[in-house]
Amino acid sequence: MTTASPLVALVGNPNAGKSSLFNALTGARQKIANYPGVTVERHSGRASFADGRPLELIDLPGSYSLTPASLDEAVTRDVVLGRQAGERRPDALIVVVDAGNLDQHLCFALELIGQGLPVVIALNMVDMAARDGLELDAAALAARLGVPVVPTVAVRKRGLDALLDALDGALKQGASAAPAANDDQRALHHQARALARAAIVREAPARRWTHAIDRVLLHPVAGFAVLLALLFIMFQAVFAWATPFADALEGGIGALQGLVIAAMPDGFLRGLIVEGLLGGVGSVVVFLPQILILFLFILLLEASGYMTRAAFLMDGLMAKVGLSGRGFIPLLSSFACAIPGIMATRAMPDAQDRLTTILVAPLMTCSARLPVYAVIIAAFIPATSVGGSPVGLQGLVLFGLYLFGIIGALLVALVLRRTVTKGNTAGMMMELPRYQMPRAGDVLLGLWQRAWAFLRRAGTIILATTVILWLLLTYPKVPEGSNISQVDYSVAGRIASGLEVVVKPIGFNHDIALALIPAMAAREVAVAALATANAVDAGDDEDAMAAALGDTLAGKWSLATALAFLAWFVFAPQCISTIAVTRRETGGWKWPLFMVGYLFVLAYVAAGITYWTAVALGLG
Amino acid sequence: METTLDRLPLGQTARIIAIDWDALDVAEGRRLRELGLLDGTELTALHRGGLFWRDPLAVAIGRMRIAIRARHAAAIRVEAL
Repeated sequence: MTTASPLVALVGNPNAGKSSLFNALTGARQKIANYPGVTVERHSGRASFADGRPLELIDLPGSYSLTPASLDEAVTRDVVLGRQAGERRPDALIVVVDAGNLDQHLCFALELIGQGLPVVIALNMVDMAARDGLELDAAALAARLGVPVVPTVAVRKRGLDALLDALDGALKQGASAAPAANDDQRALHHQARALARAAIVREAPARRWTHAIDRVLLHPVAGFAVLLALLFIMFQAVFAWATPFADALEGGIGALQGLVIAAMPDGFLRGLIVEGLLGGVGSVVVFLPQILILFLFILLLEASGYMTRAAFLMDGLMAKVGLSGRGFIPLLSSFACAIPGIMATRAMPDAQDRLTTILVAPLMTCSARLPVYAVIIAAFIPATSVGGSPVGLQGLVLFGLYLFGIIGALLVALVLRRTVTKGNTAGMMMELPRYQMPRAGDVLLGLWQRAWAFLRRAGTIILATTVILWLLLTYPKVPEGSNISQVDYSVAGRIASGLEVVVKPIGFNHDIALALIPAMAAREVAVAALATANAVDAGDDEDAMAAALGDTLAGKWSLATALAFLAWFVFAPQCISTIAVTRRETGGWKWPLFMVGYLFVLAYVAAGITYWTAVALGLG
Repeated sequence: METTLDRLPLGQTARIIAIDWDALDVAEGRRLRELGLLDGTELTALHRGGLFWRDPLAVAIGRMRIAIRARHAAAIRVEAL
């Protein structure tokens, strides 16, 4: 880090378009790290002035004032005041305000101007304000505030050069003669309203579009129907759209395996590459298209402003089990991965509400479970449509598994809030931002970051566990002429035989017992483990190896076992990384251990009930 | 007509005449003020989240719309305009 380039922080209310402005200024030159001691993400990036001098930008969490109500907001305050460990005080602030919401956003702007740092105001989203019938006088606002005010449209990269020029000027000039800091909200609001009135040249009735859309989307019946339909389409799409891409990936991996077999002599290295590396890691990488489609939906819902509407609709229901709508966004993120979900709870003000949300987050079906579901569903559920409708049975089962997890989470929350996380019913106060068209660039950047994180995981933790597992599966070698299979003879097979005794009552076979152990490292490894065991068993029989994992399983497992396996994974104790992040977020081992314990019990009971019921119905 | 915000009919605009700060904890009260809910603020009740319960409530304040729980809305006395 060079101290020569100035450090500039972007600050503002939530929904001011701060992150879009940050993306527009820094492009892809971004770094995401953590602030030391807290798990709030630090987004930083580089930009340059017109003459090429560099500057470092940091994007601070959205906040309403310098009095924090959550961990995120505490970081914003500490960085602005120069109190944040590991961060020097910024040399200047870019205060981002929504041009269409001046009387609100100017309150925080006024408080920030009073902190004695050079400040430039980015009057953001002026195009939306104009569409709303608002005409603003930036010069009049600048004159009254005593700091430069630059109109910007972050999503169209408009006003960025002027903003950087104004910033350059402000840095050279130093802090302006700022009004005294004032944190009395009443006085700030009065002042902000007066300023907004002075800056508004012309005003038409507010937000007709958003109002009209909300009439439908927030309607207690129609809104709910839309929410359910959206979630349903999302899960159908995960299956339907991803198939061609997944097939292509699978074909590519198979071709690579063929090439390696043809090019290398039989031996340790070839086995490691073909069975361990390509067979194991490859079986997980195949799910990249499905994971990206899921993230695409989540990113689009977030960027369009719909996510807070979903939270609004869910709040009443979540209040019944002692959670708040604030927890809906972390929980929905947990469908992608529990780790960002648990980290997103930092924006929740109520401690008990937050703890409960963290504890049930692993029940939301994360994308790592998707590979497991996908393999089992593809193998055991016929790809037919339901009653001649365009609804696929496989997608319906997947939807059902997600629903099962959600119901489980609500019930667990209900119990927890009456026992271990007792407390006041949490409140929920949040802004419902205006709807907007998601910007392709922001969505693609988000998708790229998710894809990269997934591939890095596949390249490290998943690679390591599958290779170790392959070694344990391959040695010791079964003696010549023995009729015991290699998997049963190996170290892993013997461990699994021990575990099998415990899981046999719930219908699990030797294969599953084998897959459960490495699945603790990362859930999708369960698939890799099944695939690796399959490959090791097939040995050099290329036909057996080429047979899709699903077909092999369909031949070996009963339907009852497959269903029990699915039920297990709805509640399955989460991966090591989730346990680690829970420990970090709750500040000790007590809650992560509690979480693992209750999930184990639930998973065992759920799988058991599923198995016994299925057997009783004659599916065993 | 004087009532509390949670009982204000949807679509009705009203002015805040008093807020019972004692019914809210310190952080909640502060957040309400930051969102612009103060004596004299004009607002309009817009939507309710559920058919069978009154939570949450969406109100418009100026150009912003916010969601709050009925419990908080009950602490806010308003006068219909």
